[in-house]
Amino acid sequence: MTDESPSASVEAVFREEHGRLLAALVRRFGDLDLAEEAAAEAVEAALAHWPVDGVPPKPGAWLMTTARRKAVDRLRRDRAYAARLALLQVEAERAGPAAPADADGELPDERLQLFFTCAHPALPAEDRVALTLRCLAGLSTPEVARAFLVPLETMAKRITRAKKKIREARIPFRVPAVDELPERLPVVLQAIYSIFTEGYAASSGPSLQRLDLAEEAIRLASILRRLLPNEREIAGLLGLMLLVHARREARSCPDGALVLLQEQDRGRWDRTMIEEGRGLVEVALTGGPPGPYGVQAAIAALHDEAVDFASTDWPQIVALYEVLHALTPSPVVALNQAVAVAMRDGPQAGLALLDALSGEPQLRGHHPYPAARAELLHRLGRNTEAAAAYAEALALAGTEPERALLRRKLDAVEQSG
Amino acid sequence: MKYMLLINAGAADEDGQAAGCEVQDWMAYDKQMRDAGIFVSGESLADLVTATAVRVGPDGRQIVTDGPFAESREVLGGFYVIDVPDLDVALDWAARCPGARGGGSVVVRPVADFGG
Repeated sequence: MTDESPSASVEAVFREEHGRLLAALVRRFGDLDLAEEAAAEAVEAALAHWPVDGVPPKPGAWLMTTARRKAVDRLRRDRAYAARLALLQVEAERAGPAAPADADGELPDERLQLFFTCAHPALPAEDRVALTLRCLAGLSTPEVARAFLVPLETMAKRITRAKKKIREARIPFRVPAVDELPERLPVVLQAIYSIFTEGYAASSGPSLQRLDLAEEAIRLASILRRLLPNEREIAGLLGLMLLVHARREARSCPDGALVLLQEQDRGRWDRTMIEEGRGLVEVALTGGPPGPYGVQAAIAALHDEAVDFASTDWPQIVALYEVLHALTPSPVVALNQAVAVAMRDGPQAGLALLDALSGEPQLRGHHPYPAARAELLHRLGRNTEAAAAYAEALALAGTEPERALLRRKLDAVEQSG
Repeated sequence: MKYMLLINAGAADEDGQAAGCEVQDWMAYDKQMRDAGIFVSGESLADLVTATAVRVGPDGRQIVTDGPFAESREVLGGFYVIDVPDLDVALDWAARCPGARGGGSVVVRPVADFGG
């Protein structure tokens, strides 16, 4: 699978440098389109030169110099465009000078601005995710389209629309002030977490060619954590994703069917990743009230630390779900809490909580709800009702691996009569 | 850059005034905008029952009707035009607007620039 050709190594370098390059160009020219065009041309030049001349010692600086030259060429060709940008530039200068280059002469890191622009609340949620993947993870539009299983044309339109809004409504390239961060940072984190959860749907989806979005999300959160080391919710999000991703090898059968947590071979969990995640949970929960990602990471850590499903620290998990529900009240959180209560106090207690949620509009059409009810009904020996609930879940489930799992459960209930 | 803040009135409470957007709140907001030097223009609109719509058909005939009819729950009650550096600043001013409270909303729209 690994391609050792020179152009592959050039692409690897480019993926790493792309976000920094683009952010620096946006800072310099104040225009995302021009920055993208210049970055793409610089990469094209790199693809032509590097395989022949070798990768230069400072690839980032090489790309930046080349890209800047390309951008200036474009501005010389198009006077009207240049005049408009010059105006923007004056305003950008008012916002403060660009960060100085690193001591080693590499590019200054201005990706943080770009994170906040790509995940600006004025953009639709789906556009934030697409732009973040494109601008910061360095994915091409066809790659983003493939990852989300939407036609290329749809994704291209979405990205064009988002860039038009950034340009014409003048969404700024800036890091929000400290007092704005509590409102703005969760939007960035949400975009990254959406990439991760989409990655999960992807890894169990029909196409094996889909990019590993979960790993892209982890990479993005790691970058963000380096840029804002004091924001504990970033540690929480990164920890959560690592603690969940650590179970990736155990969560599906060779035939692709999903394996539930209680049936997973815990020996196949990635211990190194779990250790890293646990360290981040500690950071997320120390030094102030916890945020929702920190709490979810703590729950994931308790699962990862348990020898088996039954001996998991269920009382602690129930308590953490209570904290989470207070921070972000939602029927989905209540559903998870009910499942944890069933493990702590028995299926009857859990079922009572689940039944109390039956009127929630958010759970209508949400297959984990009937699936959880089915599981508890089965444990209570109410098999006819369990079979009906599994059938309901089966009708709602989105992906084939989920359906395969539910079909197996339904068969088991029907056979036990 | 110029932005228009379109103020959609929220539901009034029994006193006929939504909380946090009484006359003195509007006057204070107006003054803040002028003091900040960003105010370009702004008006509040008379009651919707006074509105009249005009359309010209393809045959050139004028059609005058009462309305527009308030089918949506939000009714345009006034506007401001402000001149600020970027959308974040415009959104910040919109958030301070009394019309954004009490179930109302403020829609922020950049004014088109034709380079003129």
